[in-house]
Amino acid sequence: MNKIKEKIRNMTDTNLLLTITIVVFFAMYIAAILIEGEGFLKPQSFFNILNANAALIILSCGLSIVMITGGIDISVGGVTGLISMCCAVYLDYKGGNVLMSVIIALAIGLAFGVVQGFLVAYLDIQPFIVTLAGMFFARGMTTIVHTNPFNVENPAFVALKETRVIVPGMGSVNRLGRYVDAYVELGVIVALLVVLLLFVMLRWTKLGRSFYAVGGNSQSALMLGINVRRTRFLSHVLCGLLSGIGGYVYFLHVGSGAVTHASGAEMNAIASSIIGGTMLTGGVGNIIGTLFGVLSLSTIQNIVASAGFGESWWTGITIAAMLCIFLVVQSVIMSVRKKRSAKK
Amino acid sequence: MKENAVLVMKNIHKSFPGVKALQGVDFKLREGEIHALMGENGAGKSTLIKVLTGVYGKDEGQIFLGTDSQEVTIRSPQDAQNMGISTVYQEITLCPNLSVAENMFIGRTKGIRQDWKMMARETTRILKSLDIPAEASQQLSTCSIAVQQMVAIARAVDMDCKVLILDEPTSSLDEQEVEKLFRLMRDLKKKGVGIIFVTHFLDQVYEVCDRITVLRDGSLVGEYEIADLPRVQLVSKMLGKELDDLSDIKGETKTKEKTSDVPVFETEQLASVAGIKPFDFYIKKGEVNGFTGLLGSGRSECVRAIYGADRVTQGKVKKNGKEIRIRKPLDAMKAGIAYLPEDRKNDGIIGDLSVRENIILALQVRKGFFKPFTRAEAEKFADDYIKLLDIKTASADTPIKSLSGGNQQKCILARWLLMNPEYLILDEPTRGIDVGTKVDIQKLVLKLASEGMSITFISSETDEMLRTCSRLVVMRDGKVVGELSGDDLTQSKIMSTIAGGESKNE
Amino acid sequence: MSKAEKKQKAGSRQILIPLIALAILAIFNLIVDPSFFSISLGVNSQGDPVLSGNLVTVLDYGAELAILAIGMTLVTAATGGQDISVGAAMAISGSIMLRVLCGETTQTSVLHTPIIVALLVSIVVAMLFGAFNGALVAFFKIQPMVATLILFTAGRSIAAWINNNELPIIDDPKFGYAGGFIPGIPIPTPIFIAVICMIVIALLLRFTNLGLYTQSVGINEESSRLNGLNPELIKLLTFVILGVCVAIAGWIKVSRLSTINYSTFAKDIEMDAILAVALGGNALSGGKFNMASSILGAYVIQFLTTTLYRMDVSSAAISAYKAVVVILLVVMSAPTVQAWAKNMWKKLRPHAAVKEVG
Repeated sequence: MNKIKEKIRNMTDTNLLLTITIVVFFAMYIAAILIEGEGFLKPQSFFNILNANAALIILSCGLSIVMITGGIDISVGGVTGLISMCCAVYLDYKGGNVLMSVIIALAIGLAFGVVQGFLVAYLDIQPFIVTLAGMFFARGMTTIVHTNPFNVENPAFVALKETRVIVPGMGSVNRLGRYVDAYVELGVIVALLVVLLLFVMLRWTKLGRSFYAVGGNSQSALMLGINVRRTRFLSHVLCGLLSGIGGYVYFLHVGSGAVTHASGAEMNAIASSIIGGTMLTGGVGNIIGTLFGVLSLSTIQNIVASAGFGESWWTGITIAAMLCIFLVVQSVIMSVRKKRSAKK
Repeated sequence: MKENAVLVMKNIHKSFPGVKALQGVDFKLREGEIHALMGENGAGKSTLIKVLTGVYGKDEGQIFLGTDSQEVTIRSPQDAQNMGISTVYQEITLCPNLSVAENMFIGRTKGIRQDWKMMARETTRILKSLDIPAEASQQLSTCSIAVQQMVAIARAVDMDCKVLILDEPTSSLDEQEVEKLFRLMRDLKKKGVGIIFVTHFLDQVYEVCDRITVLRDGSLVGEYEIADLPRVQLVSKMLGKELDDLSDIKGETKTKEKTSDVPVFETEQLASVAGIKPFDFYIKKGEVNGFTGLLGSGRSECVRAIYGADRVTQGKVKKNGKEIRIRKPLDAMKAGIAYLPEDRKNDGIIGDLSVRENIILALQVRKGFFKPFTRAEAEKFADDYIKLLDIKTASADTPIKSLSGGNQQKCILARWLLMNPEYLILDEPTRGIDVGTKVDIQKLVLKLASEGMSITFISSETDEMLRTCSRLVVMRDGKVVGELSGDDLTQSKIMSTIAGGESKNE
Repeated sequence: MSKAEKKQKAGSRQILIPLIALAILAIFNLIVDPSFFSISLGVNSQGDPVLSGNLVTVLDYGAELAILAIGMTLVTAATGGQDISVGAAMAISGSIMLRVLCGETTQTSVLHTPIIVALLVSIVVAMLFGAFNGALVAFFKIQPMVATLILFTAGRSIAAWINNNELPIIDDPKFGYAGGFIPGIPIPTPIFIAVICMIVIALLLRFTNLGLYTQSVGINEESSRLNGLNPELIKLLTFVILGVCVAIAGWIKVSRLSTINYSTFAKDIEMDAILAVALGGNALSGGKFNMASSILGAYVIQFLTTTLYRMDVSSAAISAYKAVVVILLVVMSAPTVQAWAKNMWKKLRPHAAVKEVG
């Protein structure tokens, strides 16, 4: 017991919060199995969570990076909506090709990242204000591009959207006694790749570590010889690029353009990052944690829905409650740790 | 001694809004020497160093680096590092959320990849060779402040530097660690590194340094060989006056002993979360006493505990023999205690508010939320004290942050005098302000005491305390280790009490 | 002396920012269509005299924003952050009001309780939610906009939950007075409510130390604490005051509609409220504030909105234009940009002087 205590004490903040997140996720998943029964034991149920949340995973990763660097970006949802609309209009009305639509998505995301990053890093404007304006700009632009919701019927795109990647050995027998393969959508593959790449980047590259350094103490980071402005700028650019990718993955999942698309996605992404152990004060966080954050969030939504709280408003209240608990827990843990090290 | 200069700074000028921090300062550092940069607080040492390390841009002047004296422009700390200037600052400039190893290497390795194995290996080696009790993988914030400072030093030393700047690195270190640092410095000196050493401790200067450059009020006073400049002269050069001038107010101080016998305020076994050991203390009516000890010995923490600024964990405070409860500063204010904090910028002034608002604030808070002073009342208070303390300000409406340090301090003093307290605590009231104001404040303290106010006066400058206090409480490592009064009040006696019995005088 | 005068000017110069913005908008409208400014006295469907015209619209519909700006200014000053949950909180207080007024029914022409009771209930509830936000900020030291993110996420859901996601409709014309006209008075009621709020806050600032305390805490929390203030309590207080503002604004809004749509009710109003504070020249990082300037800022935004509507910009697209205005504004007021502009000016001036001499 003491050994565990000792171990926890010596953990870095990042790893401590990551551990909490993973424990919470498994506890929740077990609870889901207990409440919802067999359904949650099927691998496909798990894959469905992934399918539904691939875009959110990517967006949350981008947000985590900005938050680790000590900033915030609340434009990611708006950008996602704008990308969906632009790509939908381009594919259906302009008869464009799929590759080009991907490039459009990335370009929009990158453009937001670069402009916001410049304003935040080089003009010292509060990231919240900049990206709030970014969000409203994106939402407004979406309605300017097109107002009515519609489904994309471009055949090449629909084929891509319908593509399912079979996960071998994870299938199950359905009610009629037929074996059904388990599958994930293309977006999930992209999301997992993004998680992997970013995990490596944050852990094993100098840029990744400077995100942590700047978020931990930007003044010290400057003294240690880190280009703080460039690091901040790059965090926003990366987040913008990821909202481009995430935006396209989202588009691929819904296959339509609508003004209401991805509304509130930024808040889900922020909530996922926080539940995943990213500290809003910066310097602490982990991409794997973010992945688990997204999964925890959707698991609890499933639990709430299947526990008889089917009404739509429970989703918002549940997310908020989780967010609240995690924020308070983080705040308490950190102040306890601070006190302890001060005593030393 | 070798005469090859590794760093020459010529005619450096730097001003901030309202302040000329550096005026035409020259500085020369030779290969393999340890060069002390001395001056009072606010003399411009830190500014000069920050110009050299690229934190501030200079307004005017040239910097030459290397034995071939190339002129360089240093735009950022990164630039400075790349040119072979490494720095250890007084406040720890490391990232608390990263591991010790990362803090050692971040910002100075080549390539894209973060090589954890190499870092762990090298860090372990360095930590071992310097005998620092930390592990490479440990998160920095879990180390003690002293260890963090040693890590910062290790980082700076490990970089292949030509110039090493140590800006008051010893204030959080204990004696053994200081000794370790000195050994390190001498090693580097042998290797030809030029070291700039900034410290407040004169003993340390005379122990390791070869040369001294003295700054005063942003200007160069001179550069001296250590042998040519005895202590007394160094002090008078720093202060800008002969020592005799300073003792002119000494005569007034001898009335203090014959005050009433009952303490106005006393504490019993008081301790706070700031980590001081429980202490007993008393002050009588009209008495001036002080807490002394090295930086970080707990002298500020003691008065903060009395004032309720840090949460009290045990003990009592008594007023006129009756126990009073002080849970927060407001309780103390209501009990007639006023506290001028050590850190003027962070704990004292409210920068954007006007001089007037800053002066009336405490009294206003005591008066209550629903009873604001009228404009006319506030103006009268402010004008009275601006006149009384001779505060140099354009008007009472000027934001306090645009005043000079000394005048800011007078405003804060005015704030507390306006409260008409029975007990006034002054924590480093003279830090970073000009000599004239210092003498003014000392005289004011003695005058107030003669009018019956009890005052606790804390200063890092011992002679200042000797001039004003009739009794000194000496602290070491958060503990009261002695009390001196009467004939015991001498520099050497204080030093020896601080050091713990063994005499430390020359 | 001259320096002092300059400082005084700097204080009063702050209100110039929204004034200039207002002037630009006015001139723009004057050029495009002078009839923008016409005000006419008509008769509404109930046969009562009413004033109409774009300027009346600005003052009428700007009321909620102006009231929110009062609370937002205080929160900004004391905490250096903003509350992004005001729109959601307005939905909650509106929903509470309807619930109290309708009782168990969903459509009613008979009010179950007096309006004043419903208003008081919704004020108390909004204050509680304000206190919740304030507690997270003050005691748990969570950044304001993150702490208020919780209510932002949950608020509209809570509002829907209060009424079981039904949309109560109130037919009693009396309920519509607050958001429309009181029979016989041609000036829209929200204007009166806003004026009353302004008078109350002016009195508060004049006869209490609210201004001094919030500014002190916002500028330097530790100094304030050592001067006997309780920073936590003051932060909490500003959030509670904002709660009151939210409830009053929610009352006007719900009275205008006589019903509520949980997902669109007062949507994005938090953005406008924050923008009002910024437009008023107040630093969003807290500290000194100028209340009149913030309120004026709120009306500037409403003026802009009305202007855009007149130009047939769809209501959803307006946010894009506003975003551009915000960005221009913050870029221009960024210290880095100002320093850069000053430098450029310095570089240009000697050049110009040389030219003149030459």
